[in-house]
Amino acid sequence: MHLSSRSRWLLRIGTGLTLAFLYLPLAVIALYAFNGQRVQRWPIQELSLKWFDKAFHNPGVRDALLTSVKAGLGATAVALVLGTLASYAVARYRFFGRDTISFLVVLPLALPGIVTGMALNTTFTQVLGINLGLLTVIVGHATFCIVVVFNNVVARLRRTSTSFEEASQDLGADAFQTFRRVTLPQVRSALVAGALLAFALSFDEVIVTTFTAGQQQTLPIWILTNLSRPNQLPIVNVVAVLAILLSLIPVYVAQRITADPVTSAAAPGADIAAEPVP
Amino acid sequence: MGRRLSDLLYGHRRTQVGLLLSGPLGWLVVAYLGSLLVLFVAAFWQLDTFSGAIVKQPTIHNFETLLNSDVYRRIAFRTIGIAAAVTVTDALLAFPIAFFMAKVVTPRMRGLLVVAVLMPLWASYLVKVYAWRVILSQDGILNWALSPLGVKGPGYGVVATWLVFSYLWLPYMILPVYAGLERIPDSMLDASGDLGGRPWLTFRRVVLPLAFPAVVAGSIFTFALTLGDYITPSLVSSTQFIGNVVFANVGVANNLPLAAAFATVPVVVMIVYLLIARRLGAFEAL
Repeated sequence: MHLSSRSRWLLRIGTGLTLAFLYLPLAVIALYAFNGQRVQRWPIQELSLKWFDKAFHNPGVRDALLTSVKAGLGATAVALVLGTLASYAVARYRFFGRDTISFLVVLPLALPGIVTGMALNTTFTQVLGINLGLLTVIVGHATFCIVVVFNNVVARLRRTSTSFEEASQDLGADAFQTFRRVTLPQVRSALVAGALLAFALSFDEVIVTTFTAGQQQTLPIWILTNLSRPNQLPIVNVVAVLAILLSLIPVYVAQRITADPVTSAAAPGADIAAEPVP
Repeated sequence: MGRRLSDLLYGHRRTQVGLLLSGPLGWLVVAYLGSLLVLFVAAFWQLDTFSGAIVKQPTIHNFETLLNSDVYRRIAFRTIGIAAAVTVTDALLAFPIAFFMAKVVTPRMRGLLVVAVLMPLWASYLVKVYAWRVILSQDGILNWALSPLGVKGPGYGVVATWLVFSYLWLPYMILPVYAGLERIPDSMLDASGDLGGRPWLTFRRVVLPLAFPAVVAGSIFTFALTLGDYITPSLVSSTQFIGNVVFANVGVANNLPLAAAFATVPVVVMIVYLLIARRLGAFEAL
């Protein structure tokens, strides 16, 4: 489209402002992590690394980080298995209700997190009588992590031709050999990307976690409980930076692996997935 | 072993699909849909007035309480109102950058910009809200930046909630709008120009109508995410939204049935919203 140079400049400025709006809050928190004083006052008077040292030796932070990693790994493992099975069925078979599967998979993320959280909480405590803990957190997280694995793998399977799989069968491989030696290598990077995104999603989640964690504290829950303690805020700042890095690194790597930003993390439905939230 | 099982399943496509789907469907239908059903049933339970224990007998008491109370009605409308305000704000903010990405820059730059929009979307939700809490605080950077102008920032409150929600969900609007704009062929814009349409007219008569389904697609996220959130309002305001009431009733007040009943409001609103969105063609634009 032909645009006057004035409109081009306006668009350029608009884009710049929008990006600044998106990144400035993250930058502010990163700066506060180096604030030498306990009070959160702007402008920052002195810079220091002491809160990093305090945060890394804080037992609450260490426990919460460990719990988050365990929950993330558990949820990712479940999501990997279930997401791959579902995507293989949807991409390689025709059956009644096939379109419903993609809807069902995305539902836990499309509904408000508070609804998912309460539903699971009610079932665990009122119907099944299970104690809330790491296991229930994993169940909750896995439920909404399936979709990111599913979306990534289904997109890859649709792009890869079935002729390799047919050739493998013609050459005498059984179904499992074909899956392991032909299908799996073709979708490997999509699996890795899906797993990384699932981990990032689980690592950041707050709302479903508050309903399923019981006494367990994940890193976001630790941040949430310590926000109301002014004394702890300098450590919260450091943990916040850590949380940003630990969720962005997997996403960045996933981007690089799939090298197609729009279909990996922002594929239809997956961008709901995106949300660490709700 | 694998060979024998494989032979056994050979040609039985239905059995194969059944085995493949038993795990994921078992999980999602039993664990998830089952839980949703339990929640829905719980909306018809009631608290025993004396003991505070849950009485599992069906009654529409909770819904009567909600319908007859001014407070709950006001909270419901306030929540829907802010969700609408956030959606409009994000649509307006998303257009310039989305248009720039889709129609102006080189493909290489486009890829970089998509990643640049995507990264804040994945950065920790709670940290983003906390960042705004720090920015908007009395001694925060916003008041500092505005002080030479003699103005103060909005502080904590409804305006802050609107601002933070708009910030949080903006990438969810930019990405679908960008994808929608990218799908509009350049030739259509050129044709409009050749026929004498000036850029603004082309934008209003060609670009906007074609991009509208994508905006609706983006609005599904901005609207739904705002409806159910209780953490953002509780961190940057003291105003009550549906999520806050639900959360307080599950926790402090320990009235799970009432919370479950109130939680049906955002679900019903979202179902209606999705039905309208489908008629407007938003699902093709996703």
